Amino acid sequence: MCLGIPGEIVEILPDQPDLAKVDVSGVRRNINIGLITDDDPQPGDWILIHVGFALSKIDEAEAKAAMDFLEGIGQAYADEIEALMESRIE
Amino acid sequence: MRYVDEYRDADKARALAASIASLCEPGRQYKFMEVCGGHTHTIYKHGLEDYLPENVTLVHGPGCPVCVIPMGRVDDTIHIAEQPDVIMTSFGDMMRVPGGRGSFFDSKAAGADIRMVYSPLDALKIARQNPDKKVVFMAIGFETTAPSTAMTVLRAKAEGLTNFSIFCNHVTIIPAIKAILDSPDLRLDGFIGPGHVSTVIGCRPYDFIAREYGKPLVVAGFEPLDILRSVHMLLQQLAEGRSEVENQYGRVVPWDGNLKALKVINETMELRPYFEWRGLGFISHSALRVRDAYAAFDAERIFEIPGSRVADPKACQCGEVLKGVLKPWECKVFGTACTPETPIGTCMVSSEGACAAYYNFGRFTRERVREATRG
Repeated sequence: MCLGIPGEIVEILPDQPDLAKVDVSGVRRNINIGLITDDDPQPGDWILIHVGFALSKIDEAEAKAAMDFLEGIGQAYADEIEALMESRIE
Repeated sequence: MRYVDEYRDADKARALAASIASLCEPGRQYKFMEVCGGHTHTIYKHGLEDYLPENVTLVHGPGCPVCVIPMGRVDDTIHIAEQPDVIMTSFGDMMRVPGGRGSFFDSKAAGADIRMVYSPLDALKIARQNPDKKVVFMAIGFETTAPSTAMTVLRAKAEGLTNFSIFCNHVTIIPAIKAILDSPDLRLDGFIGPGHVSTVIGCRPYDFIAREYGKPLVVAGFEPLDILRSVHMLLQQLAEGRSEVENQYGRVVPWDGNLKALKVINETMELRPYFEWRGLGFISHSALRVRDAYAAFDAERIFEIPGSRVADPKACQCGEVLKGVLKPWECKVFGTACTPETPIGTCMVSSEGACAAYYNFGRFTRERVREATRG
């Protein structure tokens, strides 16, 4: 729940600009991007996701580093990804 | 040092370790608290403590939101879940936390409709799909998750939903740090500041720690090198007689935080006069509740809440672990009566808790070090 998970924006949903389709470890889910205001998120941007919301934009190297950290912590990350797979944010 | 060797930047880590050692005054003991459970994980996973000089100790802080929720709030949640037509929703982390009357899983097995969700927005979707039910989201977390709850409440209002509410258990990190600084139990030399919480609140709220208490704080990232660099920055400040707030995690944490996130929290929530924390007791202005303007989405006004007070089990020393007074392995029941499979305390239940982190990673490192020393 406290973990920040990196994801890559695939598409901003045209009818709901606060939502983006995001690729997280090969899983595509809708994520709310309404808290990122400094510059508009675009497809190809990397974001750090907390419980369905992007809290910050990051670069690809940081995304890789965040992923290494998550893969290292084992069960907590497995649980978070499993929960994300069940998520169907609209 | 072989545990750090496993990390790909072993050379950088070795250089940092040497530099850290050179900053330490001989004979002086240094004690730094890492506030965040994510940092605790990195420290145990990579055996970073074995890598620091013996006179530098890292102690774990209260930064695991599941761990600090008192048992009474678990019981209150179950009480709401048992009301007619209620669907209770919660993050998976909370499901196994024992209250005075068992866990959410126990209550679910007994017939209550308690569902795990990934995001409060998933709870909102359940509310849309079940207009004849009252859907409650058990909201927990520090400032990292509070903006998500706030955004969800705003969305529920915009959609005109009348069957969605939150049971607000959000806590704030600053009063907890202040309580630890004011506690006579522990003398600290500085703090490794939380990474993700600071993404939201920024670095300014920590100023009082440097200014009023004279302790340095460095906001840190989650990689082993981030932690070592932060320890280095703390020691450098002490060596130069400085106490400042510094940001080692600037690649993610803006100095002013996320202003939109702060704005939505402030729009929907306000500070409670006081809130009970496991281990730390009642702390003033340390948690959030729903503002009057959003009362229609506040489970505490929709349902009668018993306000349960439940004392922690006598054998459990989570309180001392959360305050940094005890290391996980110093708890009487650690690894014997209390394991991740049969947890007694929250620090062992939550995968972000210090006891679970140590149980899963740290003890093996210590055992290996002990064996190596013996050999």
